[in-house]
Amino acid sequence: MQKQSVFHSPLLPFLLIAPQVGIVLVFFYWPALQAVWQSFLLQDAFGLSTTFVAFENYAELLQQPEYFNAIVRTFAFSALIAGSSLSFALLLAVMADKPLRGVGLYRTLLIWPYAVAPAVAGVLWMFMLHPSLGVLARGLRNMGLDWNPLLNGNHAVILVVLAAAWKQISYNFLFFLAGLQSIPKSVLEAAAIDGAGPMRRFWTVTFPLLTPTIFFLIVVNIVYAFFDTFGIIDAMTGGGPAKSTETLVYKVYLDGLLGGNLGSSAAQSVLLMVIVIGLTAIQFRYVERKVTY
Amino acid sequence: MVERQGIRGLVAHLILWVGIAVVAFPVYLAFVASTQDAASIANGQMSLLPGGHFLETYTRTIFVGTSGSTREPVGVMLFNSLVMALVIALGKIAISILSAYAIVYFRFPFRMWIFWMIFITLMLPVEVRIYPTYKIAADLNMLDSYAGLTLPLIASATATLLFRQFFMTVPDELLEASRIDGAGPLRFFWDTLLPLSRTNIAALFVILFIYGWNQYLWPLLITTRDDMQTIVIGIRKMITTSDALTEWPMVMATAVLAMLPPVLVVIVMQRLFVHGLVETEK
Repeated sequence: MQKQSVFHSPLLPFLLIAPQVGIVLVFFYWPALQAVWQSFLLQDAFGLSTTFVAFENYAELLQQPEYFNAIVRTFAFSALIAGSSLSFALLLAVMADKPLRGVGLYRTLLIWPYAVAPAVAGVLWMFMLHPSLGVLARGLRNMGLDWNPLLNGNHAVILVVLAAAWKQISYNFLFFLAGLQSIPKSVLEAAAIDGAGPMRRFWTVTFPLLTPTIFFLIVVNIVYAFFDTFGIIDAMTGGGPAKSTETLVYKVYLDGLLGGNLGSSAAQSVLLMVIVIGLTAIQFRYVERKVTY
Repeated sequence: MVERQGIRGLVAHLILWVGIAVVAFPVYLAFVASTQDAASIANGQMSLLPGGHFLETYTRTIFVGTSGSTREPVGVMLFNSLVMALVIALGKIAISILSAYAIVYFRFPFRMWIFWMIFITLMLPVEVRIYPTYKIAADLNMLDSYAGLTLPLIASATATLLFRQFFMTVPDELLEASRIDGAGPLRFFWDTLLPLSRTNIAALFVILFIYGWNQYLWPLLITTRDDMQTIVIGIRKMITTSDALTEWPMVMATAVLAMLPPVLVVIVMQRLFVHGLVETEK
């Protein structure tokens, strides 16, 4: 993939590319390499001496049940967030894909939460479901439920998942709608002529043709749940109660900042990098293949 | 589509309105809370209709700030967020369009190496390399500065890839034509390529502005001084651990103010926003 006719100049292209290469080297490669290097080092408690310990940080990390729990927890979060947000968004997109009056308005009214910062989304939901002053919490209490996300781990998880899924609805909705609109109407009409009702048409024609979009969105939502939930968690629960909402990224943050355990934090960063690269690779593989059944 | 809509259409309208209500309710509640007095919220006796403290709360939030926790008026935070979002959006666009131009329209040694070097940055968000990046920013004396707040977030390849993709679709004839007219590479870039890229630049700007405005983890680490806080960080610090001291109307007013600029951008520039979102995710 390259242009047939190009300019020739010995110096100019390097000048043009210098700012980006400079920034990428200083703020991307240097820190990334440092993370890798630091993950092989062990610092004593006072930060006075460092020794090279090879893979000891990794070994220690992988033996910790705590770290294993964080991995499981993060994937569980991803599944819950992606599952709830995707299904709700798909329902809305299918409805908005119908020839209704005012569809443009519906679309506008559904996409703006994309612009809400995750941390702000966290504050909004915390406020609604705050055990002592939340409006919805009051309702739950009246129904006889002892709702308290500040003390009950499961409630805290539900709270984080709700806020995270809420914020992601608009994104998923937009891509589902685009996917639905690209399905040729003739296929659906053919199915209708064969006597398939709306439900059947959806499950046998629309849904299979939508699989590339669904697959793409699953990967995006998992990455979102991994990283962008940081703000939500920090604003709502701070990883608590009793680590019930401590995801991998949040653990990197806590172990490096409060724990001061930089070697372990760096090793966690590197493992996270590996997970993200794996996810991205899956995504690219799919983009190449464009699977539809 | 095939059957007449009738009752089914009604159901669709209904579901969409329920969706809109679910999406809008938390924000409505924040607005309502920001117009009521602190005592009734703290008692859990908040009304679901707007109260009469709108002007009072918002002027106090913007010009004075919460007394206990952040010590800075939210106006200052809004300014910091605006600077950060603008510098990230414009900076990223500027450096990316130049490097994409070099990669597509020139042949030079290590061209593909450099392309891949930039491409790889796509994979790792700043969260993953947070402490080493922090250390480097500290070594470069960038803590509590706009440079430190923005430069590390500019280091990514999304925009470069987008511009590269777009330049590949620009017909070669344009280059030939301007070459016959005697235009050099800079002139061609300025007079031909840049005007053609207008829509892409605008769409990218919308996406990057929102991205910059909503940053959380990085500003949380890099800013220690109160007057360098962004609004998204400030809001978090207003919620004190002992609930009794949290001034909820002001927290909610800050939340509303923090949402307003990016949400307005999305609604006013909806077409560009959708275009940008679809393009950057490809």
